[in-house]
Amino acid sequence: MTAVREPRRRLRGLPGLYAVLMRTAVQVQLQYRTANYAYMLGMIAEPVIYLVVWSSVARSQGGAVEGITVGEFAAYYIVWTLVRNMNIVFTPYGWEQRIRQGELSGMLVRPVHPIHYDLAYFAGWKFVVILLWLPIAAGLALIFRPTFDVSVLEAGIFLIAIWGAYLIRSMLLWVLGMVTFWTTRVSALYDMYFTAELLLSGRLLPLALLPAWAVTLADVLPFKYTFGYPIEVIAGDLSTRELFVGLGMQALWVGLGALLVAVVWRVGVRRYSAVGN
Amino acid sequence: MRRLSLGWTFLRVGALNELQYRVNFFLSLVQSVVAVGTALVVLGLVFSHTDSLGGWSSDELLVIMGVYVLMGGVIRSLVQPNMQQLMQDVQEGTLDYVLTKPEDAQLLVSVRRFGLWQAVDIVVGLLLVAVALVRLDDPVSVLAVLAFVVALLLGALDIYCFWLILTTSAFIVVRVDFLIELFEGMYQAGRWPVTIYPGWLRIGFTFLVPLAFAVTVPASALTGRLSGWLLLGAVAFTVGLLALTRWVWRQGLRRYAGASA
Repeated sequence: MTAVREPRRRLRGLPGLYAVLMRTAVQVQLQYRTANYAYMLGMIAEPVIYLVVWSSVARSQGGAVEGITVGEFAAYYIVWTLVRNMNIVFTPYGWEQRIRQGELSGMLVRPVHPIHYDLAYFAGWKFVVILLWLPIAAGLALIFRPTFDVSVLEAGIFLIAIWGAYLIRSMLLWVLGMVTFWTTRVSALYDMYFTAELLLSGRLLPLALLPAWAVTLADVLPFKYTFGYPIEVIAGDLSTRELFVGLGMQALWVGLGALLVAVVWRVGVRRYSAVGN
Repeated sequence: MRRLSLGWTFLRVGALNELQYRVNFFLSLVQSVVAVGTALVVLGLVFSHTDSLGGWSSDELLVIMGVYVLMGGVIRSLVQPNMQQLMQDVQEGTLDYVLTKPEDAQLLVSVRRFGLWQAVDIVVGLLLVAVALVRLDDPVSVLAVLAFVVALLLGALDIYCFWLILTTSAFIVVRVDFLIELFEGMYQAGRWPVTIYPGWLRIGFTFLVPLAFAVTVPASALTGRLSGWLLLGAVAFTVGLLALTRWVWRQGLRRYAGASA
């Protein structure tokens, strides 16, 4: 009698779905590693330009702007490149195609909420991105000489915060994309959203360089928790209290984002049949 | 002369084509206004922390920004649409239809498309330059304006050459759509005077990606920084680049395998 081998235990339910989708994403994206790399290299231009501008401002002001030194700017914009990559999620511009071409129909008959497919797929992709990012970060560090002062606590919080940022941005852009259920003239709205995000998230510049009223505004908006906060966890100089308050705000925005996705989806999807085929 | 009128005809047909989609004018305008507004905010933020950047004052940098927006309009309306069409034609083999026509192929692939509405940025850029010059309140001589126009033309030619050389690589590697992203990323660097970049980047932005000739040099002409020698250098560089582009184009064309490939 031959021994019957125990089948490998698999995760069931939602965690099982995530595991499968993330593995698929890794395999698919590894095939396109050249395209992925070209894309990432193109992305570097943006932070390098900001870095050069602010370094040159810092030098003209005797080495620092608002207490941020040239080396700290370098650290900020190098961590920026990783956080920016964590920030790439399903684009709101993709919703037009989903609705117009009826791609949503297939998603609707599945037994889980469609956002899980996006969340899992892009999360899997991140592992490929982080792998490809490491040599880029090393290269940038050699050229721009950042100054880092990272504690174990900060490193740990950073690992959580980049995924918090990923979740918040995923959900907010999902909500923004769902506006397409109501109208397809969305480009002006998206332009304004992304401009606000650019200025108030810490993507363009460390938030400390904004005027005081804008800093206050940034604190209560979600953008900061998807960009500036995770960067400053390891490239900035946050107190232990600020570290944890940031995490708390991220948790709050994850919750709010989930609620918004749930509500807008329920209302919006009713309009879908009108556009579908 | 015949070639000029051919180019003009293509331009007119392209414009007529675009006139069918008038709503796009407003979309372009909104985009342009949002982009310029953001850029002004950035400029304001930078100059809230310093009085000069690499030796340029805020109003002088406004001239650079105007030229940057203007040149961006030239690229998006005249250069990029043609190059994207060329990439697609190489990929799908439809370049055959161009090659069989009784006119120089390089000329044809360079004038087939024209994005009329994207040209909004040319107007917006000129306005910015004008506002900056009024604010600078420093009389600009006729000679300086002439030098500016010449430098702009040279810069546009340089950008065109750079794009065509990049696109010609499609003959070898076929899929080059990521080049558009790559170029757009690098073009952003032109917002600032190339002199602020560290040495190796500055050389790259001058000779590899000709941002210095496209933006900084024309802006220098209006802010009294351009010497006759530099302009002469720009002429020499452009002539050399045009010859190189011609050569690369010929080499690429030899590799083209046609629709049956």
